[in-house]
Amino acid sequence: MLQQLLSKLGRKRSSKDVAKERLKLVLIHDRANVSPQFLEMVKGEIIKVIRNYMEIDEEALEIQLTKTVSEEGDGVVPALIANIPIKSVKNAGRSI
Amino acid sequence: MGEVIVITSGKGGVGKTTTAANLGTGLSLLGKKVVLVDTDIGLRNLDVVMGLENRIVYDLVDAVEGTCRLKQALIKDKRYEGLYLLPAAQTRDKNSVTPEQMIKLCEELKQEFDFVIIDCPAGIEQGFKNAIAGADRAIVVTTPEVSAVRDADRIIGLLEANELKNPVLIVNRVRHEMVKKGDMMSIDDIIDILAIQLIGVVPDDENIIISTNRGEPAVSDNKSMAGQAYRNITRRILGEEVPFMDLAGQGNFIAKVKKLFGFRSA
Ligand SMILES: Nc1ncnc2c1ncn2[C@@H]1O[C@H](COP(=O)(O)OP(=O)(O)O)[C@@H](O)[C@H]1O
Ligand SMILES: [Mg+2]
Repeated sequence: MLQQLLSKLGRKRSSKDVAKERLKLVLIHDRANVSPQFLEMVKGEIIKVIRNYMEIDEEALEIQLTKTVSEEGDGVVPALIANIPIKSVKNAGRSI
Repeated sequence: MGEVIVITSGKGGVGKTTTAANLGTGLSLLGKKVVLVDTDIGLRNLDVVMGLENRIVYDLVDAVEGTCRLKQALIKDKRYEGLYLLPAAQTRDKNSVTPEQMIKLCEELKQEFDFVIIDCPAGIEQGFKNAIAGADRAIVVTTPEVSAVRDADRIIGLLEANELKNPVLIVNRVRHEMVKKGDMMSIDDIIDILAIQLIGVVPDDENIIISTNRGEPAVSDNKSMAGQAYRNITRRILGEEVPFMDLAGQGNFIAKVKKLFGFRSA
């Protein structure tokens, strides 16, 4: 973020910082793809938590790792996108 | 009983063969009995880097298929006491050896040698699987570039999935003047990202090219910076604590990696 600010002020970022940032981003995807269990694990945990508050369609739950444009500017950041169809909200959830 | 160390990287051209040649030679200079095994079937290189290309009669495939006895396929390096090379086959393909055959071969070589150094081909297919099959330890080689570090990360994951825990890292071809200008990732940057133990930093050094031209590994050249780096790594492999060379301007990574694991313990 600071670096993006600096670059906006006209200072050029060093090429190694660019390299490091690109590398970090690409590795987030590589590492998640290398283990096919990764997203399944995340999915399982999400279902466990959400189940406490609402009834969801677990079969239809979709989750994926993608890239999205960062809010701060022109950089691309990794994003975890989950599509969770809700069947109903529990009473306990409503009263909170 | 000796130890089998595989030198691997994922990406080609980062210095696996150079590293295997120098570490093998370096270990023999310290009095160890060493065999270098080239598993890059179809693209053999280690023989020319070692200057032993004219002495090949049998190769790795002959040895595992039983065309010859294992001893017959080992080329003795007359310049360095206790150093041998098992060359790769040049006219066969990578599937002519199986991981099971490699395990058996490594078991046999371990009876005879203190160190079995395996030079791995690029990639993550059959050749890689063969190279790591019989290994006890892995050294991952990378250069300070995005593609090489990315591939190293992939390889580290695959090694760990194959029960080769705690691989160690060599960063090769470091140019300290570029690091200083902010135009090359530093050792700190790379260790930060890969989160593995560092065992050596080898500078980009034209002596490597000169020594490769001659077929005489730089590790035996006292004037070569890269040679010095490789000498340090061989001593670390033997469990010695050797301070990291000051490549100028990289002061603070030295403190970070001071506590080196004994390479032979565990
Ligand atoms: N530290 C170094 N300094 C200069 N050149 C190097 C260094 N390490 C390797 N090289 C050169 O890089 C090229 C690739 O090295 P090599 O060991 O064959 O890589 P790999 O086995 O990983 O494909 C060779 O030409 C080699 O001489
Ligand atoms: Mg090679």
